[in-house]
Amino acid sequence: MRTTFQELIRYRALIQTLVLRDLKARYRGSTLGLLWTLLNPLLHMGIYALVFSVYIRIEMEQYPAFLLCGILPWMWFSSALFMGTTAIIESGSLLKKVVFPPQVLPTVTVIATFINFLLGLPLLFGILLLFGVTFGWALLALPLIIVAQFALTFGLTLIVSAVSVRYRDVPPILGHVLSFWFFLTPIIYPASSVPERFRALLSLNPVTPFFVAYQEALLYNRLVSWEAFGAMICLGVVALLVGVLVFERLRWSLAEEV
Amino acid sequence: MVAVQVDGVSKRFRRQTVQPSTTLKSAVVDFLRGRKVAETPSTFQALKEVTFAVPGGQSLGIIGRNGSGKSTLLKLLAGIYRPDHGKIVVHGKVGALLELGAGFHPEFSGRENILINGIVLGLSKREVRQQLEDIIRFAELESFIDEPVKTYSVGMYMRLGFSVAVHANPDVLLIDEVLAVGDEGFVQKCFDRLAAFRRRGKTIILVSHDLGTVSRWCDAVVWLEDGRVQEHGMPQRVIDLYRRHIADQEAEAAVGEHLRIAEEVNQAREVETSNRWGSREVEIVSVKMLHTSGQERYVYQSGEPVRIVIHYRVHRPVADTVFGIALMRGDGLWCYGTNTAVEDIALPPLGEEGTVEVLLEHLDFVAGTYYLDVAVHAMDGYPYDYHHGLYSFTVKSDLQEVGVCRIPHSWAIKPMIAVP
Repeated sequence: MRTTFQELIRYRALIQTLVLRDLKARYRGSTLGLLWTLLNPLLHMGIYALVFSVYIRIEMEQYPAFLLCGILPWMWFSSALFMGTTAIIESGSLLKKVVFPPQVLPTVTVIATFINFLLGLPLLFGILLLFGVTFGWALLALPLIIVAQFALTFGLTLIVSAVSVRYRDVPPILGHVLSFWFFLTPIIYPASSVPERFRALLSLNPVTPFFVAYQEALLYNRLVSWEAFGAMICLGVVALLVGVLVFERLRWSLAEEV
Repeated sequence: MVAVQVDGVSKRFRRQTVQPSTTLKSAVVDFLRGRKVAETPSTFQALKEVTFAVPGGQSLGIIGRNGSGKSTLLKLLAGIYRPDHGKIVVHGKVGALLELGAGFHPEFSGRENILINGIVLGLSKREVRQQLEDIIRFAELESFIDEPVKTYSVGMYMRLGFSVAVHANPDVLLIDEVLAVGDEGFVQKCFDRLAAFRRRGKTIILVSHDLGTVSRWCDAVVWLEDGRVQEHGMPQRVIDLYRRHIADQEAEAAVGEHLRIAEEVNQAREVETSNRWGSREVEIVSVKMLHTSGQERYVYQSGEPVRIVIHYRVHRPVADTVFGIALMRGDGLWCYGTNTAVEDIALPPLGEEGTVEVLLEHLDFVAGTYYLDVAVHAMDGYPYDYHHGLYSFTVKSDLQEVGVCRIPHSWAIKPMIAVP
C-alpha cells in the first residue's frame, strides 16, 4: 500500500511530464484548443436547457446554471474513468520494455482530467454570475468536495485501468454504464424533485451526495449536512483504498498481459 | 563483488490464446452459470531454476535458441516481470534496452520520449535536459527529433534507445539483441561506448544470437536451453558446446527430413511428378548419403568424403542402363554431374535389385544448401527413373569462401627484397 504511493512520489517528474504532454496534445492539435474544452460543457448545458426548459417546459429558476454545476464535475469523473480504461493498454509498449510503476499511468489520467475540470471552473463562475447567482461562504466547502471526488475518481480509475488489461471489453461496457449513471445522478434534475418513493434509489447512487453538495454550495450558498460530508469523505477514502488494493493485486500481471 | 545474483529463478506464463475468459461478459456468464473459471489455464514454463551470478564489472553473454527464455530472463532482471520462485538481486541502477524501441511512446516526439525515457531510467528532469543535446547528437537524429517516433525507422528507434540508455549511466546495462539492427558505423559507435562503460567497471548483460559478438565481448556466457541453464562458463567453451549442439540437432533434423521425403517418393511411386519421371523399368527405390562412419547424414563439413548409395530394383530387363548423379546449388545452379556412360564404367548384369555407390572423396563445396539429382536411364537418354531436386543436403564451412567449389590450392607470397 505504501510503496504504491511512494513510487508515485518518486516518479513525480514522470507524472508531471506525462500530464503536460497529455494537456499539450489536447490543446495544441486543434485551433479550438482550450476553447473546445470550455465549449463542450457549454454545449451540453445548452442542449439540456433547450430540451428541458423549452421543449418539455420544466419550470426551474437558473436552470442552465444549475446544469453546469453538475455537468462540469461529471465530465471530470466520467472522462477520468473512461480514459482510465485505456491508460495502461495504450502504453503497453512502455510497460513491457521499461521498468516503471504502472500506477503512474492512471494517475496521469486522473490529474490531467482534474486540470481540465479546474480550467472549466472560471467558466462556471462566469455563467453563475450571468444568471445572477450570488456567492457566499459556502464556497469554502468546495475544496473539500473536490478533494473527496478526487479520491473517489482516483480509486475507481485505478481499478478500471488494471481490470481493462485482463478484460478487454471493459472500455465499451463502461461507456454504457457511464451514460446510464449520468441519468441516475441528480445532474439534469434536482435531487429534491425526485418523488419520495424513489429517494432510496437515489441514495444508493454513491455519487449523489457529491452533486447535491456542488449545487447547494454554488447555487444556493448552502452547506449539505455533516453526515453528507462524512459520507463523501468515507466514500473517497474507501474507493482509494480498494482501488490501490485491487491495483496491487493485478499489478504484476499487467506487463505480462498488456 | 557480485553485481547480479540470480537464485533458483522460475517463471511460468499463462498462454494468452487459450485464456479462459478474456472478456468481462464471458467471465460474468461463467460465474452466473456456476462454472469453475475453466480448469487451470494452460501455462508454459519459460524459466526453470535458473541460477547464476555476475561479478561487478564483468560482461555476461546469454545465448540460446529462440524461445529458450533469454528475453524473459532479461525482463526479470530489469524488474518488468516478477519471478514465480527464486530471487534476483541487482546491485545498483539498472538500465535496460529490451527489444526494439526501449519503450517509446509511438505518438510522442523523439524529444518527449527522451525526457520520459530518461526519467524512467532514473535521471532527474534537469539531468535529462542537460544531456538532451548529447543524446540527440549521439543518436544522429538532429533533424527528426521533433517528429513522433512512430515515423522512425527501426534503426532510428534503436539509435535513440541506445543513446538514452547509455547517457542514463546505469550500473548494470541489459541489452537484448538491439544492436543487430543498427548500421555498421553506429554499431561500432555503440561498442565503443560499451567499451568505455566496461572500463569504468560497469556490468553488462548481453543477449545475442551473434555468437561472434558474444565471444569477443563477454567474460562469461550462459547458455539457456528450454528455460534451463545448460552451460555457464568461459565464452569459447560454452559457445563451442552450443554450436556443436545446434549442428547435431540440425543434422538430426536433416536425416528426419530426408526420410520423410524418401517415404513420400515411395508412396507416390506410380505418379509422374515434376520431381520424378520415367518408365520405371528400372526403379530407384532409395537414395542415401552416408558419412565415412557409415551413418546416414545430410550435413557435411566442406571437404568431407560422402558416399551416395542408390538402391535400385529391376522390374523388366532392359538392354542398356546408365546411372547418373548431379549436384545442384540451392538456386538451381548445376554444380557437377556425371554418369556411368560418360565415365565408361562397365555395368555388370544388374540382377533384380542391388545398389550403386558413388564415393565423393572430397565434398569441396562452399557453405550452403545443395540438391542431389539421381537418375537411371537408357543410353539414348530414355528415362527409367529420374529423381530431380528431391534430396537436399547442407555443407558447412568455417571459411567464408565464395563461389561454388573449393579448388585445391596454395598461396605463396614473395616480397621483392628492396635494394637499400
